[in-house]
Amino acid sequence: MPMTNFDIKNIDPEKEDNLSFEELIVNMGPQHPSTHGVLYLELTLDGEVVLDCRPHIGYLHRSCEKIAENRTYVQFIPFTDRLDYLASMNNNLGYVLTVEKLLNLQVNERAQYIRVIIAELNRVASHLISAGTLAQDLGAYATPLFYCFRDREKIVELFDTLCGSRLTYNYMRIGGVKNDLPPGADTSIKSFIKYEREKLKEYDDLLTYNAIFLSRTKKVGILKKEVAINYSITGPNLRASGVPWDLRKEEPYLVYDRFNFDVPVGEAGDAWDRFKVRLEEIEQSFRIIEQALGGIPEGNPTVKINKVYKPAAGEVYLRTENPKGELGFYIVSDGTTKPYRNKIRSPSFSNLAVLPELVRGVNISDAVCVLGSLDIVMGEIDR
Amino acid sequence: MKTLILQGLAVLGFVFFSAMFLVWWERKVSALIQNRVGPMVVGWHGTLQTVADSVKLLLKENIVPSGVDKLIWWLAPFFVVVPPVMAFVTLPFGKSMIVRDLNVGVLYVASMTAICVLGIFMAGWGSSNKYSLLGGMRAAAQIISYEIPLLLSSVLVVMETGTLSLQGIVEAQAHGWFILKPHLAIAFLIYLIAATAEVNRCPFDIPEAESELGAGYHTEYTGMKFAMFFVGEYTSFFIVAAMATTLFLGGWQGPFLPSFVWFLIKTYGIIFVLMWVRWTLPRVRMDQMMSFAWKVLTPISLANLLIGGWFMVNA
Amino acid sequence: MDLQELTKILNERFPGVLGEENKTAVVIKKESLLEVARFLREDDCAFENLHCVTAVDRRDKMELVYHLYSFKLKFMLTLKIYLASDDLAVETLSGIWKSANWLEREVYDLFGIKFLNHPDMRRILNPEEWTDYPLRKDFDRPDFIRLPQTEGLKAGG
Repeated sequence: MPMTNFDIKNIDPEKEDNLSFEELIVNMGPQHPSTHGVLYLELTLDGEVVLDCRPHIGYLHRSCEKIAENRTYVQFIPFTDRLDYLASMNNNLGYVLTVEKLLNLQVNERAQYIRVIIAELNRVASHLISAGTLAQDLGAYATPLFYCFRDREKIVELFDTLCGSRLTYNYMRIGGVKNDLPPGADTSIKSFIKYEREKLKEYDDLLTYNAIFLSRTKKVGILKKEVAINYSITGPNLRASGVPWDLRKEEPYLVYDRFNFDVPVGEAGDAWDRFKVRLEEIEQSFRIIEQALGGIPEGNPTVKINKVYKPAAGEVYLRTENPKGELGFYIVSDGTTKPYRNKIRSPSFSNLAVLPELVRGVNISDAVCVLGSLDIVMGEIDR
Repeated sequence: MKTLILQGLAVLGFVFFSAMFLVWWERKVSALIQNRVGPMVVGWHGTLQTVADSVKLLLKENIVPSGVDKLIWWLAPFFVVVPPVMAFVTLPFGKSMIVRDLNVGVLYVASMTAICVLGIFMAGWGSSNKYSLLGGMRAAAQIISYEIPLLLSSVLVVMETGTLSLQGIVEAQAHGWFILKPHLAIAFLIYLIAATAEVNRCPFDIPEAESELGAGYHTEYTGMKFAMFFVGEYTSFFIVAAMATTLFLGGWQGPFLPSFVWFLIKTYGIIFVLMWVRWTLPRVRMDQMMSFAWKVLTPISLANLLIGGWFMVNA
Repeated sequence: MDLQELTKILNERFPGVLGEENKTAVVIKKESLLEVARFLREDDCAFENLHCVTAVDRRDKMELVYHLYSFKLKFMLTLKIYLASDDLAVETLSGIWKSANWLEREVYDLFGIKFLNHPDMRRILNPEEWTDYPLRKDFDRPDFIRLPQTEGLKAGG
């Protein structure tokens, strides 16, 4: 790959215009340590300053929406696992809620509580990975990443006893969940919360208020409130920009309206705020889980699965608050056993679209930091 | 002549043994910090892991990417390895364990470690890879900037002792290490920070910044050439730690134990601290690092030089 | 605020713009999309958030679906446009909502609906050489076993 057509022999020192100044185009990705999957950023650099950034996506495109049109409603649940593979439970939840709304199906109380607990645990797991990978992008040589994965492992092990998988859970069912909570889940979740609260303090010392970390993330990639809304940014990224918007609070689904929790909001909308909001959301998730564990009713949350469901012709658009933002399912039914159209509105897709705005004019190191702080997952961008 | 060859062989043997040991140790330290066990399979607690890795790297295919500037690209690894090895010539390992006690020792070692930047920049330029180029540019800017506080803090020691010979500096510390004097303690801190930057270690590892530049200047190297960058890096690492020991921590001075044991204990102690820093802190940004060198470290070391000089004249 | 109220407001403001009756969505005519969108974006309704743009292939026609959200009214509006199969082009909304940029590119990529005056009308998920529109109902599964031709990947062949 010749860098430029610059050749020392052709230079006539007498003539000034023989020295050409060119912009450097760097293809960051699709294989790159910090593009969070197979994202390809075409960066135009002037020295180290990013002049322009063009994201190219689609390397992980598996045409989930087309597949959905050829599968029954039940068969598509495992495919939702593969969207945001760091928060499979939440994707399951969003999908089954949409189908239940389409079917006008009632879900019993215990199943709803279990869904809340599981979804919040998965949110914690996802936010932990986000925090760890941002630190990794900032060059903290894997230590915070290992810590976060160590903590996430406890959640994953719990899910393993719950449904037998560690990453793609396929746990939610239309009308309920696959299994009841295993015996002893109550105490193991509580002891995990106790453990993790201690660790979160440690992360504050190690990272959040570390001078180098602060200087790298403060005032970097500032996302203004108006810009965020205009780009349809959702989730922690929107809240970090100062919009106190959380679907669990504003349009409660499941039984979220019964729990007390706060919506953490950032001020400046910079990378540090996005990081901090996620860490604080972990604490709020713990509060929800504790209340849910306290008030969980008896009953049988499992359902006998119908092989096929036949919803009436119609359409439903439903959003749920995923760890990455608002995940929307738009399902059009034509009265058959398969959806006529299943559109997945993934939060990371919109969150990534704002990247060129944020990285224009910053250093290449900061571009990596901004990308890490947006917390994208390519699985749900490319679908 | 015979002793010279023996000494040369001893130095070379030590360099490669030390590099291997440091790689293993770094992996163990990082594992300790990250709640892991590190290499455990090859040899006792993975002690032979690096040997196995070196054999693997030796046997690997040597890929020459098309489009590299061949001469520069081939020479670069040697420029990274040879100068630090040459610096061993004048390091006082023990009371009488020194190859040549040069009368310009401090200057010699500093210049040898500084030549590495040439190799790194050659690697970055010759690779014809944009990431490598960025890494090479960063390395050039960084190492040259941090050379100044590094030397300014060493100059204070030279002023204190009145000699550039390393053996002389160690002998001058027989009645108290230099780190115990306040202005030299500050100089020691500056030296340590600048040395971290000098050998491209975290938090100043921006020339190879893996999360930004892939692997920086050595992206295009494979097999033994890649290993040579590793050896060069760890050798420079050893050199700066050994220099810190010699200049500020009394070198091989110490009771009971043989002198070279003291020297190694102190050197590896400093290396452990630098490893600890590496596995804890995030990386700083290029411009932050440059402004830290020029706006913070250089003025402080200049002021420290002034104050230290005043002390020496008046005390 | 519910759908009836909004329909009434739109009917008063833009007489003749509303298309067929629909229980869940507001259907408008293609020509008036931009002015209706501008009106909806303004302070009265404040649909600040274009949440989702997608399409549904109804075989005889193409249905373009916009999901708009207003933080003020806490209301999600479904705005629809019907496009004839032989005239798949519509004005872009990326001048009003920036989020429309990528969402419309996705619709173009998967359905082949052209968005006029769009700043960057390229395929987004599929490769640039791709010739077909996968989410159309008449899409043929490409023959993946055959190796791609040297001049570029041909779908549907």
